[in-house]
Amino acid sequence: MARAATMNGASFAYKMRKFVASKHFTRGAMAVIGFFVLWQAGSMGLMPFMHAIPTPVTVAEAFWEFMCTGKYWQSWMDSTLRVTYGFVAAQLLGIPLGLGMGWNRNFKDFTYPLFELMRPIPPLAWVPVSILFWPTNESSIAFITFIGAFFTIVVNVLGGVSAIPRQLVDAAVSFGASPRQVFWRIVLPATIPSIVTGMMVGIGITWNVVIAAEMIAGNTGLGRLTWEAYLAGHTPGIIVGMISIGVAGYVSSMAVKMIGDWLMPWKKVF
Amino acid sequence: MEQVDMNTAEATTPPPVCRAGEGAMSIRKVGKIYDPEGVHVVALKDCSLEIAAGEFVAIVGPSGCGKSTLLNTIAGFDGLTSGEILLDGEPLATVDKDPSPGPDRVVVFQHGALFPWKTVLQNVTYGPVVQGVMSEEAANERAQEMLSRVGLNDIETAYPGQLSSGMQRRVEIIRALINNPKVLLLDEPFRAMDTVTKSASHQYLLELYDATGKTIFFITHDLEEAIFLADKVLVMTTRPGYIKKTLQVNLPRPRQYSMLASEEFLAMKAQLVEAVHEEAVKAFEAGEREMA
Repeated sequence: MARAATMNGASFAYKMRKFVASKHFTRGAMAVIGFFVLWQAGSMGLMPFMHAIPTPVTVAEAFWEFMCTGKYWQSWMDSTLRVTYGFVAAQLLGIPLGLGMGWNRNFKDFTYPLFELMRPIPPLAWVPVSILFWPTNESSIAFITFIGAFFTIVVNVLGGVSAIPRQLVDAAVSFGASPRQVFWRIVLPATIPSIVTGMMVGIGITWNVVIAAEMIAGNTGLGRLTWEAYLAGHTPGIIVGMISIGVAGYVSSMAVKMIGDWLMPWKKVF
Repeated sequence: MEQVDMNTAEATTPPPVCRAGEGAMSIRKVGKIYDPEGVHVVALKDCSLEIAAGEFVAIVGPSGCGKSTLLNTIAGFDGLTSGEILLDGEPLATVDKDPSPGPDRVVVFQHGALFPWKTVLQNVTYGPVVQGVMSEEAANERAQEMLSRVGLNDIETAYPGQLSSGMQRRVEIIRALINNPKVLLLDEPFRAMDTVTKSASHQYLLELYDATGKTIFFITHDLEEAIFLADKVLVMTTRPGYIKKTLQVNLPRPRQYSMLASEEFLAMKAQLVEAVHEEAVKAFEAGEREMA
């Protein structure tokens, strides 16, 4: 196990230091800084159509003001919780459903048509029914978030199971594996890369959905914060909300990527 | 890691060593008709051959002639529509008997079938551990010993994706052999390898064959490879497939690379080229008819 340990067991702090020192990080940081410089120049009148957009400096000031309020952090908390509930529920229900559909033909015959009927319905079209059905606002927003990630994860898992090379299953059977062992020891691990892809796509969708749902139905959260800034005509506040959502999404994607790398030590997520 | 029920006595006893004289196969008038969407495809027809225990048999023929179908019926992945296959006199597959794969006839697949999520060691020990014939420690020990025999030390914790194709194949052959099968079924294992890797792989396979004396059923396109490795080369016809020609290779063992240039070798190769070419032309023409 020595080699695997040195490859995968390096400390997180060490990996972060190494990453920050790498050219990949430098390039990314330069692009982000360059974006803000262009934006500043644009809103100072150097680019057309930018006059209504506040400068990064104004936004930074507004950011600071927001960060000094409890409401801002409460919004982070609320949105993050909704995303977490919806995302985790989507994995817990979606992964078994996808595995079942991919592995058992009878089960797929029953479930697939219904699934495909519901899949095209956009998460936001579920808002009215969700508000009527669920007892609290919180649960209805979490449900809409769940819908956002659920279909993606199922489609990915189903695709993953269908793409398992036949010879892997044949090999396991000829080595004496029972159907149960084939499922748990071959089908499930062979599907992990697809599960991780589904998770990566799904986490992005949950953030899209939660923000929209909060704008329509919520009283709190980063989406609501952005919307209220718009209603109040506070343009820097809108941008603060947008950037916060971007940061939140980025951080959650990184977390999901780390889970993915941990789930499949034999290959990188991407 | 696997859930295995066994008593400790069994766990510490190594599996019975396959005695010389095991692994004789008799393939009698085997037929296989596929019927996808109502179109009859006769893959095998009256295909008969005898393989002695411990014999190395290579089978050559044009693409799509039914070589792999024959291998799949022996392995138990596919059923027969006529005839029977016997292993050491016991019926292995008949028309009435559903095929069942088993560790007595393991396959090394054309495109490789190492489990990418398992380390080399976990791959090799998969069979004995899942069957419960060895404890994990015993299997690990045995696997390490066998891997080092083919020059694969210190890669136990690597994943297959980190290995070269030549190393992957060696691991796969060891993973098959650790099950102590009666017959080793190799489906074009060295296809798409560069010449150097291929000849190194031949060397390792021949060493393992000389050491274990297993019956080997080897599918290939490469006529030189077939003659160099095998005791007997069989030429299969284009669909419907049966054995058209049997060539006894009387080159002494251990085989040497110098043999590749011997007159005897070249004469055998010439015979095979002629026989296979005839079938390839037939297959090509049949293909054109199907397309038209």
